[in-house]
Amino acid sequence: MKKILLPIAVAAISLFSCAPDKSKVVEELPTHQDAKESGPEANQADVTKGIGAIKEVKLTHPLDQERVTRGTAIYEMKCQACHKLDDQRLVGPGWKDVTKRRQPEWIMNMILNVDVMLDKDEEAQKLLELCLTRMPNQNVSIGDARDILEFMRKNDGEK
Amino acid sequence: MINRNKLFSLGITAAAISLTLIGCKPKGLESVTTSGAAEKVYVAPGKHDEFYNFVSGGFNGQVSVYGIPSGRLLRIIPVFSVFPESGYGYSEQSKAMLNTSHGFVPWDDQHHIALSVTNGEHDGRWVFGNANNTPRLARIDLKTFRTTEIIELPNSAGNHSSPFITENSEYVVAGTRFSVPIGDNRDVPISSYKKNFKGTVSFVSVEPTSGKMKIAFQIETPGVNFDLARAGKGPSHGWFFFSCYNTEQAYTLLEVNASQRDKDFIMAVNWKKAEEYVKAGKGKKVKNVKYAHNFIDEKTDAATSEILNEVLMLDPTELKDMVYFIPCPKSPHGCDTDPSGEYIVGSGKLAALIPVFSFTKIQNAIANKEFEGDFGGIPVIKYESALYGEVKKPGLGPLHTEFDANGNAYTSFFVSSEVVKWNVKSLQVLDRVPTYYSVGHLSVPGGPTKKPHGKYLIAYNKITKDRYLPTGPELAQSAQLYDISGDKMQLLLDFPTVGEPHYAEAIPATLVEPNSTKFYKLEENKSPFVSLGEGKTKVERKGNRVDVYMTAIRSHLTPDNIEGVRLGDDVYFHITNLEQDWDIPHGFAVKGAANAELLIMPGETQTLYWKPTEVGIYPFYCTDFCSALHQEMQGYIRISPAGSNLPLTFSTGKIVEEKESGK
Repeated sequence: MKKILLPIAVAAISLFSCAPDKSKVVEELPTHQDAKESGPEANQADVTKGIGAIKEVKLTHPLDQERVTRGTAIYEMKCQACHKLDDQRLVGPGWKDVTKRRQPEWIMNMILNVDVMLDKDEEAQKLLELCLTRMPNQNVSIGDARDILEFMRKNDGEK
Repeated sequence: MINRNKLFSLGITAAAISLTLIGCKPKGLESVTTSGAAEKVYVAPGKHDEFYNFVSGGFNGQVSVYGIPSGRLLRIIPVFSVFPESGYGYSEQSKAMLNTSHGFVPWDDQHHIALSVTNGEHDGRWVFGNANNTPRLARIDLKTFRTTEIIELPNSAGNHSSPFITENSEYVVAGTRFSVPIGDNRDVPISSYKKNFKGTVSFVSVEPTSGKMKIAFQIETPGVNFDLARAGKGPSHGWFFFSCYNTEQAYTLLEVNASQRDKDFIMAVNWKKAEEYVKAGKGKKVKNVKYAHNFIDEKTDAATSEILNEVLMLDPTELKDMVYFIPCPKSPHGCDTDPSGEYIVGSGKLAALIPVFSFTKIQNAIANKEFEGDFGGIPVIKYESALYGEVKKPGLGPLHTEFDANGNAYTSFFVSSEVVKWNVKSLQVLDRVPTYYSVGHLSVPGGPTKKPHGKYLIAYNKITKDRYLPTGPELAQSAQLYDISGDKMQLLLDFPTVGEPHYAEAIPATLVEPNSTKFYKLEENKSPFVSLGEGKTKVERKGNRVDVYMTAIRSHLTPDNIEGVRLGDDVYFHITNLEQDWDIPHGFAVKGAANAELLIMPGETQTLYWKPTEVGIYPFYCTDFCSALHQEMQGYIRISPAGSNLPLTFSTGKIVEEKESGK
C-alpha cells in the first residue's frame, strides 16, 4: 500500500512546487556507489533493522563516553540544523526517544544509507511523507554514525 | 542556399584544391561529413565522454572544459576574469587571486594551456594557463577544477609565448610577446627600440608535490617578439625552443615592418645549462621589479596575495653555450617538437613551406660552430646545418602542428582554412581537410606529449560565418572534431565555443575523473569564518564592521532574522554550506549588493561583502535551486539609521508576537 502512496506523494509535491525541482530529485536517487556500500539485498530478513551495511550493533552498558563526546560534536556540525533534541519536528523529526522507537541498526542505516532507505524502507518512506524533505546524505563514516547513536542514547536518558 | 550547397558538394575535392590555391575560405561545404559521423560523436544520456578537452577562452579570460567526442560544454573554470556566476573575483576569499602589481585586474586574455606531465606523459594533476595582457601564469587544480594559484611575470609585456611545460613539469615557461625597456630607465623614446627594448623568457619552477610556482630565473634577449614555444623531450629534454618574429625590431606598423626578412628565428635554450649558471651564482639579482604571487592559503582556504620584488636574470651574451638562434622562414608562429623529441617543426605564418629541424643536427652544428654570425651577441646557427628537411607546398599560412602516435603531424593553415596531415620522417603530405573557417590551433589528445593518444583531432576556428543560426553581428567561434584513426581525416562534428577557443589539450577522462572532488569535508574546513554547525552561528559587531556567521542547509539559512545593523556598517556574510553530499551547492544573494552572488560548495565557507545604502528591511535568499523548499530558503536583515540604539539580535525559527518587533 505504501508503494502506491509514495508515487502519489511525489507527484503531489511536483504539482505543488512553484518550479520544477531542477534535476536534484533525480540526483538524490541512489548512486552506484551507495548501492555497493549497502551490499546486495542487505537485511532483507529483518525489516526493523533497515537496509544497509549495518546488520548487528552491540550496544554497551554503560554508555561509551568518548563516543558520546564525539557524537555530540558531529550532531552539532552536521545534524542540528534539521533535528532538535526534544520531540519537536524542525525539518526532520525531533530525536527524543528515537532509540526507543527504532532498532540501532535501523538508525545507523538511515544515517549511512539514506538514499536507499528513503526509496525502499517503509518506515523511512513514512517519515518522508511526513516531512517532505529528503534527508541529505551527510557522508559520515560508520564510526561517526555509531558515535551519533551513542549520543542519541544519552539524549534518551541512558547512562 | 540549399541548392547551392548541393551544387558545391558535387565537386568537394576539386573545390577544396582550387580554393586552397586562391586562398579563400571554402564556403557551402557543410556536407563533407560522411555517414557514421553521428554514431561516432553520440554519447548516450547518462554516459560519459572519453576525453576531457581543456580549452583556453581567449578574450573571456577563462578555461572551458568540453567532453570529447560529444563536444558538450561541461564547465567554465574562472581564471583571469571575474565570474559573477560563482562569485569568483567578488567573494572575499577569491578577490586576492586577481591582484597584480597594478592592483585588482578583473579581465584578461587567456591564450594557451599546458597540462602537467610526468616522464613526458599527461599525469592529470594541473592545468596551467597564461594571461596575455597583464602577464601572468595560473595553475588550476584538476581535483577541484579551480584556479589555485596565479603568478605575475615582471619584465614581460604580453605573455603570449606561454605556458609550455618541460617533460617532468620542472618548469612552465613564459616568453614576452612585446619587448619593452627593462631595468632602471624605462622612460625612453619608443624609437630607441633597438637600443633599449629587451625581450625576456621566464622559467617558472613547479614544486613537484604542491605545484607551487616560483620564477626560478629569466633570460634577457635582444628586442624581438616571442610567439610560441615547446620543450624538448626524450633526447632533447633539457632544451626549450621558442619561435620569435619581428627580428626587424620594428616598433610601428608591424604588419609591414616586421615582415621584411625572409627568415626570423627559433630560439633554442639549453635550460640545463641555465640551471648550472644559476647554481654557480652567475645570475644577476634584479631588484627594481614588482610582481604579485597569489595562491590559496592552506590555513584559511582563501586566496592570499604577496608582492615580490626580486628576480634572477641570466644574460646569454655573457653566459655562453646557453642560447642559440636558428633561422626559420618567415615570421614563425608555431614551434612544435614531435613525440620522439628529435624533430622541431617551425611554422612561418607567412611561409609556403614547413621547415623541420633536427635536434641531432642542431647539436652537431653547435659542436662544429656552424654559425652564420650573431644576433644581439647570440650565435645564429646556419639554416641548412639545423634543417632536417622542408615540407614543400603544404598550404598557405602554417600555424600549429600536433602529432599522433604513428609518426604523423597535423598542421593548421589559417589562410587556406585547412588541416594538412603529413609524415614527419618522409615530409610527404598525406591528406588535407577543410575547416570552417580560419583555423588557429589544433589539439590531438596527448598531441604535445611523448605518447599521443591520437584518435581525434580538434580544430579551433576563429570565424564561423554561416555555420550556425545567426545571432546578430557577434557570432560564436567554434571547434571541429575530426576522426584521425584512419588514413583519411573525417569531419565528425561542429560545436560552438565560449570566448575565443585558442589552444587546447585533451586528456583521457580516466586520468582525471577518479580524482574529482565531490565535496569539501566540514572537518577539514580551515576558514576562520566557518560555522561548524548551526549552534556556532553568530552576528558580531566591531565598530562599523558586522560579521554574520551563517549556515546553509536544505532548506534554511541560520540566522534568518537579523536586526541591529545600521546604515554605514560594513557587513560581511560568511556562509558555510553544511551539506556533505555531492552536487548540493547553495547560493547567497542580498538585495542591493554591489558585487555578485556567492555559490558555496558543500562543506565550504564563502564571504560576501555588503554595504547597505538605505534604511529598511532587506531580503536575502538561496540562489541555487537546492530542494523542493528552495523558495522557502530566505531571510531578512533590518537596516536601521546610523546611530540607532537597536541592539544586535539574530535568530532562526523564533517567533515574537509583537506588533512591531525590536521595540
